[in-house]
Amino acid sequence: MGLFLLKRFASFCATLIAASIVVFAVQAALPGNAAQVMLGESATPEAVQALSSRLGLDLPAPIRYAHWVGGLLEGDLGTSVAYDTPIALLIKERLAVSAPLALMAMALTAVIAIAAGLYAASHHNRLGDVGVMAASQIGIALPNFWFAILLILVFAVKLQWFTAGGFPGWDESPWLALKSLVLPAVALAVVQAAILARITRSAVLDVLREDFVRSARAKGLSTRQVLWRHVLRNAFVPVLTVMGLQFANLLTGTIVVENVFSLPGLGRLIFQAISNRDFLVVQDVVMLLAATVIAINFIVDLLYAVIDPRLKTA
Amino acid sequence: MTTLARAWRHKSFAIGAVLVALLIATALLSFVWTPYAPTELDIPHKLQSPSFAHWLGTDSLGRDVVSLLIVGARNGVAVGLIAVGIGLVFGVALGLLAAARRGWVEELVMRFADFGYAFPALLSAIMLAAVYGPGLATAIIAIGIFNVPVFARITRASANGIWAREFVLAARACGRGAWHITAHHVLPNIAGVLIVQATIQFAVAILAEAALSYLGLGTQPPMPSWGRMLNEGQAMMYQSWLLAVWPGLAIVLSVLGLNLLGDGLRDLLDPRLAHVR
Repeated sequence: MGLFLLKRFASFCATLIAASIVVFAVQAALPGNAAQVMLGESATPEAVQALSSRLGLDLPAPIRYAHWVGGLLEGDLGTSVAYDTPIALLIKERLAVSAPLALMAMALTAVIAIAAGLYAASHHNRLGDVGVMAASQIGIALPNFWFAILLILVFAVKLQWFTAGGFPGWDESPWLALKSLVLPAVALAVVQAAILARITRSAVLDVLREDFVRSARAKGLSTRQVLWRHVLRNAFVPVLTVMGLQFANLLTGTIVVENVFSLPGLGRLIFQAISNRDFLVVQDVVMLLAATVIAINFIVDLLYAVIDPRLKTA
Repeated sequence: MTTLARAWRHKSFAIGAVLVALLIATALLSFVWTPYAPTELDIPHKLQSPSFAHWLGTDSLGRDVVSLLIVGARNGVAVGLIAVGIGLVFGVALGLLAAARRGWVEELVMRFADFGYAFPALLSAIMLAAVYGPGLATAIIAIGIFNVPVFARITRASANGIWAREFVLAARACGRGAWHITAHHVLPNIAGVLIVQATIQFAVAILAEAALSYLGLGTQPPMPSWGRMLNEGQAMMYQSWLLAVWPGLAIVLSVLGLNLLGDGLRDLLDPRLAHVR
C-alpha cells in the first residue's frame, strides 16, 4: 500500500510541476512587453518601466517562475493590477460561488446518473431502458450553456420561479443565494448525468453477467439487494473513473454557465481578467483550475484502491 | 446482405448519417447560396417573427436567421475538421510510437496524455486568448491540442492489442521492422476505432467552438457562428425568445448526428460490442 501511495503521489507532484511550467510558459510567451500591453499604447515609457519592475517582468523567466511558484506555495498569489487587490483574496471571494456550484452540480450528476443507469440496466432492452438511453443520447448532445438559457426561458422568464441571473451573496440571504445556484447546477448536471448514466448502465450490465451475481440470486436475495449489495460496488470503478474525468468538464462548464447566469464566480473573474489584460490573475486562476483537475484525478486513483483492493497490486 | 444495406438497417447509423449529411450539405451550400447576405443589416425589419420572407425571423440587427445558421454550419464543420485533424495527426503518431517502442517512450507518451486532461479545451483557449487575443484560430488550436492526448491514448491502447496478434508475430518472423508493421498491419487494423473516435471528437469540437464563441473567445464578428448567435439571442430573450432557440437546435442536431453516426459505426465495425449498448 505504501509503495502504491508513494508512486501515485510522485506522479501527482510531477504532473503539478509540469502544469505550472506550461501555464507560466504560455503567459511568458506574450509577444512584446507585457507591461506595455497591460497599460496600452499610450502609456509613457516611465510608467511601463515602473510596472515592469513592480511585477518583476525585468527579471529572467526562470527567476520569475521560481518567484511565482514560491508565492503559490506560501499562499501569496500576487496582486491584481486591475483591482489592486491580493489575488488570493479575489479567488477566495469568487470560490464562495464557484465551489458550492460545482459541488451541487456533481452531487446532482451522481444522483441522476446512478439512478437512471441502474434503472436502465435492470430493465435491459425494455421500454424503460430504451427511454433512458434515448434521453441520454439527447442529453449528451445538449450544450450546457444552451440548456441553461432554456432553463432561464422557462423558469425565470415564463414561470418566474427563479431569477434570470445574479447572486445576492451568502451574507444577504443564504436561502436566496442557494436558490440562485439551483438553475446553474441543474444546467451543468443534466448534461454530465447523460454521459454518466450510459457508463453506469454499461458497467452494471457487465457485472450482472458475472457468476457471483447468479450465486447471489440463487441464495434468494431480491433484485434490489443484489443491485445495491453486489452489483453497484463492483460497477463503481468505471463510474468513478468517468466521474473524475467529468470533473474537468464540470469546472470548465462552470466557467461558461457562470457567464450565462452572471454569477460572480471564478469564471466571471477570469473573463474580466482577460478583458482587463490582468495576466497574473489569468495565470493564477488557470493554475488553480488545472491543479484541481489533477488533484481530483489523484483522489480518484486513491479511491480505486479502496473500492477494488486488487488495483493496489496492479 | 450487402454492407451498405446492413448499415442502413442500423437505426443509429441511418439517423446519424442523414443528420451529418445535412450538416455538411448546409455548410457547402453556404458557399454558393443563402436566402440573404448573412452580414447585411436591415434595422427597420429587426426582430421579425418567422414568415414567408424570413423563415425563422430576423435578429436584433435585422439579419436573416436562416442565412446566419447556414453560414454558422460552415464554421462548425471547419473547426471540427481542423481540430480533429490536429488530434489525429499528432495523437495517432504519438500513440503508434508508444505502442511500437514500449518501455520509457510509452510511459512518457502516456504521462503526457494524462497531463493533457488537466487542460480541457476551454482552459487552453482561455490561456491562449489572454496572451494572443480571442479568435477562431485560438479556438481551433485549443480544441486541437485537447484532441491530441485523446487520440494518443486510444491509438496506443488499440495498437497494443494488434501488436499482440499472431499475424504481427508472423510479420516479425519474416524480418519486417517496427515501422513496416505499424504502417502495413497496425494502422489499417485500428482505422475503424480511429474513425469512430474522430466522429465523437468532431461532435466535441462543435460543442467546444460554440461555447468559446458564446463567451466571445471563438469566432469574431461579423462572421456568424452558432455560439455567438446564442449569446445575442440570450440578450434578446424578453423580446424574441425564439432567437435563443434556433442556434441551440442546430448545435444539438449536429452533435446528435455525429454521436449517433459514431455509435452506428462502432456497432457495424465491431458487432461484438452491439449487445452491450
